[in-house]
Amino acid sequence: METLYADDFYFLGLIVLAPLIGAIINGVFGSKLPRKLVGWIACGAMALSFLFGLISLQGLIQHMEVTEESGGMAPHLTFTVYEWIYSGALTVDIGFLFDPLTAVLVLVVTGVGLLIHIYSIGYMSDDPDLWRYFCYLNLFVFAMLILVLGNNLLVTFIGWEGVGLCSYLLIGFWFSDEKKAQAGQKAFIVNRVGDFFFLIGMFLIFYMTGTWDYVELAQIATNAEVAATQLAPIALPAGLLIFLGCTGKSAQIPLYIWLPDAMAGPTPVSALIHAATMVTAGVFLLARLNWLVTLSPTLMAIIAVTGALTALVAASIAVVQNDIKRVLAYSTVSQLGFMFMAIGVGAFAAAIFHLMTHAFFKALLFLGAGAIIHAMHHEQDIRNMGGLRKLMPWTHATFAAATLAIAGVPLFSGFYSKDLILWNTFANTHVLNLAEAQEALQDQAVVFTEVIQHITHGGVGALPEITGEAVELAGWAVTVNWVVWLMALTTAGLTAFYMFRLYFLTFWGDCRADEETKDHIHEVGMPMRIPLAILGVLSVIGGYIGWPHFIALLPDGMYEAVNRYAFAFENWLADVFLVANEYRLVGRFGDEPYWMELGLAALAVAVAFSGIALAYFMYIKRPDLPGVVKERLAVVHNVLDNKYWVDEAYDFLFVRPTLWLGRAMYWFDTNIIAGFLVGGTAFITRSLGKALSNLQSGNVQNYATYVALAIALIVLALLWSIEWGPFPWF
Amino acid sequence: MPFEPTLAHFLILSAAVFTIGLVGVMIRRNAIIVFMSIELMLNSVNLTFIAFARYRFETDGQIFAFFIMAVAAAEAAVALAIVLHVFRHKRGVSVDEMQQLKY
Repeated sequence: METLYADDFYFLGLIVLAPLIGAIINGVFGSKLPRKLVGWIACGAMALSFLFGLISLQGLIQHMEVTEESGGMAPHLTFTVYEWIYSGALTVDIGFLFDPLTAVLVLVVTGVGLLIHIYSIGYMSDDPDLWRYFCYLNLFVFAMLILVLGNNLLVTFIGWEGVGLCSYLLIGFWFSDEKKAQAGQKAFIVNRVGDFFFLIGMFLIFYMTGTWDYVELAQIATNAEVAATQLAPIALPAGLLIFLGCTGKSAQIPLYIWLPDAMAGPTPVSALIHAATMVTAGVFLLARLNWLVTLSPTLMAIIAVTGALTALVAASIAVVQNDIKRVLAYSTVSQLGFMFMAIGVGAFAAAIFHLMTHAFFKALLFLGAGAIIHAMHHEQDIRNMGGLRKLMPWTHATFAAATLAIAGVPLFSGFYSKDLILWNTFANTHVLNLAEAQEALQDQAVVFTEVIQHITHGGVGALPEITGEAVELAGWAVTVNWVVWLMALTTAGLTAFYMFRLYFLTFWGDCRADEETKDHIHEVGMPMRIPLAILGVLSVIGGYIGWPHFIALLPDGMYEAVNRYAFAFENWLADVFLVANEYRLVGRFGDEPYWMELGLAALAVAVAFSGIALAYFMYIKRPDLPGVVKERLAVVHNVLDNKYWVDEAYDFLFVRPTLWLGRAMYWFDTNIIAGFLVGGTAFITRSLGKALSNLQSGNVQNYATYVALAIALIVLALLWSIEWGPFPWF
Repeated sequence: MPFEPTLAHFLILSAAVFTIGLVGVMIRRNAIIVFMSIELMLNSVNLTFIAFARYRFETDGQIFAFFIMAVAAAEAAVALAIVLHVFRHKRGVSVDEMQQLKY
């Protein structure tokens, strides 16, 4: 390892290369290779990629021992493949950057990806197009790794588009079913809308700063004078545009509508792309651009509210869904909302923490759902399931662990990350500080410079005073935080309820499937069982690297013992979000609000347990109750069952006008452009040619006459010009 | 005072002959007559050359006239051969009947 330099760490290239080679082998030769080999090539590529990821992590840890954060960037390894664009002010390298944030994402993508690849060998074992499936899957991982490893916005964008393409290909994997093909198209088109905004945001950043390189941009962000002139003015517009791009990729309001339909793809695809990795790209991107996002409190508030709203809306829809995968899809949208909420209140580490634990338990939930669907002959309606607890013990145990994790039960991973987000939405005051920055910025760049200097010098010196409008802004921001927190808490309760509804309906009670299906229900085979087991373990222990801060209330001896690892995750990412974190270090509740934190955590757990209890009461104790509730609250049920008619509204507002416009354009093109302009030109040319061709009569005497007349004209013109100046028309 | 022709006289004569030839080319039907008219035009040009040569006391124009005569002789041979062939094909030498080469 000593021979490798931090700025030429070629293992980063190998991480990306392995799945690409796997995809190429399977894509080119896959149809001729033995089926078993196809699966193992794909898994081997993933295993190699994971291994290189671990080596890079090791390299990064060693590098971190000798380097410190500088210029707003945490210690990082880089590797430049080649200089891609070199044109005037624009230089873009195909280069990779591996910092603590990327490390988390790379390991999640390759690790969870590897498990899902293994699972796919079992799940897809009787599909005739196995090679195509594994080719796409490896290609997806390749694109996703480009996305998280890219060292500038453009490379990230390439990955961003790549994962969108693979998502489209895999949603429509069974494209002979037209509905599934259309679901793929819907996902692709909705994502394109978001990508368009992302691109404009990117251009805006380049227009102001002249670079897309993350390291250079972070340097600009930390340099007070430069940031005040180059980044601060565009923080809101560029950040908002990029956030809109993220709402497309990460399925947030207003662009979340594609994700539930994306469940048309094979279930492992839903687990990998539409739960664990691709949909978290938006969270990753905003975390990567944390120094931009935190510059605008308005933007932060928008992100937080959007996330909270999405979380609540999606969770409420999930309550009435009956398709097992759709429940999980809305649950994913809801959990992603949690992550954006965390971004919006400046808790970037919490967002990434939840991203990781969510990748574990949601992938596991999807894989469990896949196992059930596989066992029940493609039955997806939970009303036809039940009693699977005894028939599929492995699936049941792991699914239960994941359900407990997502519900936020203590000691399961979801609790830790969700609690961290809840606490941050409640307590963060970053918006307060930023309001000053923004206010100062609007009035005089000098004060803003002071604020930034204050931040970059680690809080030395006094902050400028908050005055006038800034106070109002700050008060408004605190209200926003309160609302967001309340919504988050409600969502947490709803999450516990609908997940346990799903769990009880699927695994408890009597089996409601028909006899033939019932006879065939079996526990899944080894390739599917091992990933379930590993993810099950991770769903439990995955949160143990980020304990709530109130464990400081423990007796000293115990606290000393756990303290070493209790905040490992936060510490690991500390440098990445240094600039952003400095903004919010003034605590709203003093320095050590441990009792308050503990109280809120207890409240959140109580809410979760009441959700579970309600589900138990409604679906186990009194199975007749759901029907009664449904009748009593028919209006509410109707609204939720129709998903707030968002699809219909979009259909009316965007799809139909677009189609209408398309038809009008088509008419215009065929009739005016092709018919009148193109056809007319051809008609005139042809008629003129026909008329003029009569001159060529074949009679030489006519020709002689033309020549004579022409010469006469020339002579006339010459004489004329001698006498009266230029002859007209010549 | 004896009549002394000036350059203008020669040019007028030449133009008259050229015009007769040109009109002949344009309106006569018989290919032989058309051919003869062309000869008229060529010779009117020759006359112009000679007149200018005399007027300027130079021999260049006379040399040109010789060249034109040589070319005219060659042309006469070719043209007569063509006319002969046309006559064999069409049993006539009217240019009106030779209109196949067109669009």
